[in-house]
Amino acid sequence: MATSKEMGGVHAESHAVHGTAGHAHGEPHEPVFVGERRKQLDELLTRYPTKMATLLPALWMVQEDRGWISEAAMAEVGQVLSLTPAYVKGVVTFYTMYHQHPVGKYFIQVCTTSPCNVCGAEDVARAFLKHTKCGELGVTSDDGRFTVIEVECLGACGFATPVMINADFIESVTPEKVPALLTKLT
Amino acid sequence: MGYPHAPHPRETLVLSKYFGDREAIGLDGWRKRGGYVALEKALAMAPADIVGIVKDSGLRGRGGAGFPTGLKWSFMKPGDGKPHYLCCNADESEPGTFKDREIMRWTPHALIEGCAIGSYAIGAETCYIYIRGEFTEPLERMEAAVREARAAGIIGPNAMGTGKRIDVWVHKGAGAYICGEETAMMNSLEGKRGNPRIKPPFPAVAGVFGQPTTINNVETLAAVPHILNNGADWYKNFSRPDNPKSTGTKLWSVCGNVARPGNYEVVMGFPFKDFLYDLCGGPPPGRKFKAVIPGGSSVPIMNMEEAETALMDYEGMVVKGSMLGSAGCIVIDDAQCMVKQIARLARFYAHESCAQCTQCREGTAWTTKIMERIEAGEGTMADFDTLLEIGENMTGKTICVLSDSCAVPVISGIQKWRDEFEAHITGKRCPFRAAAAA
Repeated sequence: MATSKEMGGVHAESHAVHGTAGHAHGEPHEPVFVGERRKQLDELLTRYPTKMATLLPALWMVQEDRGWISEAAMAEVGQVLSLTPAYVKGVVTFYTMYHQHPVGKYFIQVCTTSPCNVCGAEDVARAFLKHTKCGELGVTSDDGRFTVIEVECLGACGFATPVMINADFIESVTPEKVPALLTKLT
Repeated sequence: MGYPHAPHPRETLVLSKYFGDREAIGLDGWRKRGGYVALEKALAMAPADIVGIVKDSGLRGRGGAGFPTGLKWSFMKPGDGKPHYLCCNADESEPGTFKDREIMRWTPHALIEGCAIGSYAIGAETCYIYIRGEFTEPLERMEAAVREARAAGIIGPNAMGTGKRIDVWVHKGAGAYICGEETAMMNSLEGKRGNPRIKPPFPAVAGVFGQPTTINNVETLAAVPHILNNGADWYKNFSRPDNPKSTGTKLWSVCGNVARPGNYEVVMGFPFKDFLYDLCGGPPPGRKFKAVIPGGSSVPIMNMEEAETALMDYEGMVVKGSMLGSAGCIVIDDAQCMVKQIARLARFYAHESCAQCTQCREGTAWTTKIMERIEAGEGTMADFDTLLEIGENMTGKTICVLSDSCAVPVISGIQKWRDEFEAHITGKRCPFRAAAAA
């Protein structure tokens, strides 16, 4: 049985968050888990037998509020959940949906795995790259508005090509529909 | 109803009856459609009797492995003094599969009811529904349904006034195919990297948080209320007379080059040829079917001779050299390059490998490199042996089966479409791309 004592090396009851330390962009880190967010996390903690189990939800809260997860935010999460920053970073880097860097205001994920691929998904990805002026996958447009990536199977294969724009899930996208979809974004 | 299109007369609608019916999403509408009657009935029964009915029904896991559900539940020992957990696997990420998504979007309370019955049957007070992070709409609907059911006292500390605690919580994943593997899912739920665990210990002995745990797929749990309402015999009758090992209705997700992609619900043993040409409308105009991957991208690829003579149940697919898997049916037509699509599948597995086993980490990466090289017209005849040797080293040698899953389409491809591989190698370019450019 994996008790908390046996999870060796990942717990740090008194790890301090040092202001701007580790913050890649030189701005001071405003804590996320205060006020309403702290209450939400406390409520979540009642659902699980360990604090660690709330790590994924806590990281989601950070990303929802800040758009990405900085090293300073990882340190804060670690402090709140009694985990080392290194452990938190290990988890953040495992999951593809957590952003370790700022991304465009609209983060566009185009599914190009085989079921969508045989329906022309690569043309959809190319259309997004062209119309957002990103040019390349994973590169944010000069105006900071768009980042386009290819994503592995979004689980909506019957509605090729599914595209996620931030949390919006759009079905049956074709290259022709791309300009209108982008126009709708403010 | 039906979603995205009206049901076909040859479908048997049990799980998908209310797909597309907006009124079925909320609690009031769900109750009007017979919701939570089975849970009430279940909570008045002995847990062992529920397990017995599910065993008798022949229900098998709908996530891919097809393990008998009642038997799995019976591994959970009552009265062992430990907290038990039920985990509902809603990480649906096997390419080609999108059935659990529709169950959660249209009938979220059906899943909660199945989760509550399952929890009670295995002596669990807590059920976690682990939903992949990309499923934003299913997540919202499941969370709203959990709030409704909790506020109405259906679940919670005093479920349906029986004094029994059944908590159901939704847990959001963060982008990792491997977290659909049950032991990886438990690690992820615990706040860890989603690396699969070595078995034994099996989850029923030491699962999530080190406690006895059962993991069931969304569709499996959603079928349970129907079995309790209508009886094991009713469910068993949905099968072909000569095969009692596969029972019930099955949701099939159909995608790729097909006239009517979508979800279909048919009885076990339905003829695959009728399914593909009649229900799904055959290939797109002017095209012919070339290949079918019947059970999600991890199962062997069928040629049309195999597919058109297959019966749609666990055994029927095995007889024809493939597997039912998650019933995510990917159809590929004659305009597609098999080499390109197999290379793309290999890339998927290379991207999704958790990288803890060498055979998988290296094997998926090298398979992808070689497949993409062949696709680009830079392959050699020696690549066949190299791919098959790598494939052998990737099969049956790792903690989980992701590695095997990457080797499967490559081996099928070389066996059944060797001519397409050779055309790339001898012609030094992709013949499909060349034809399209001409």
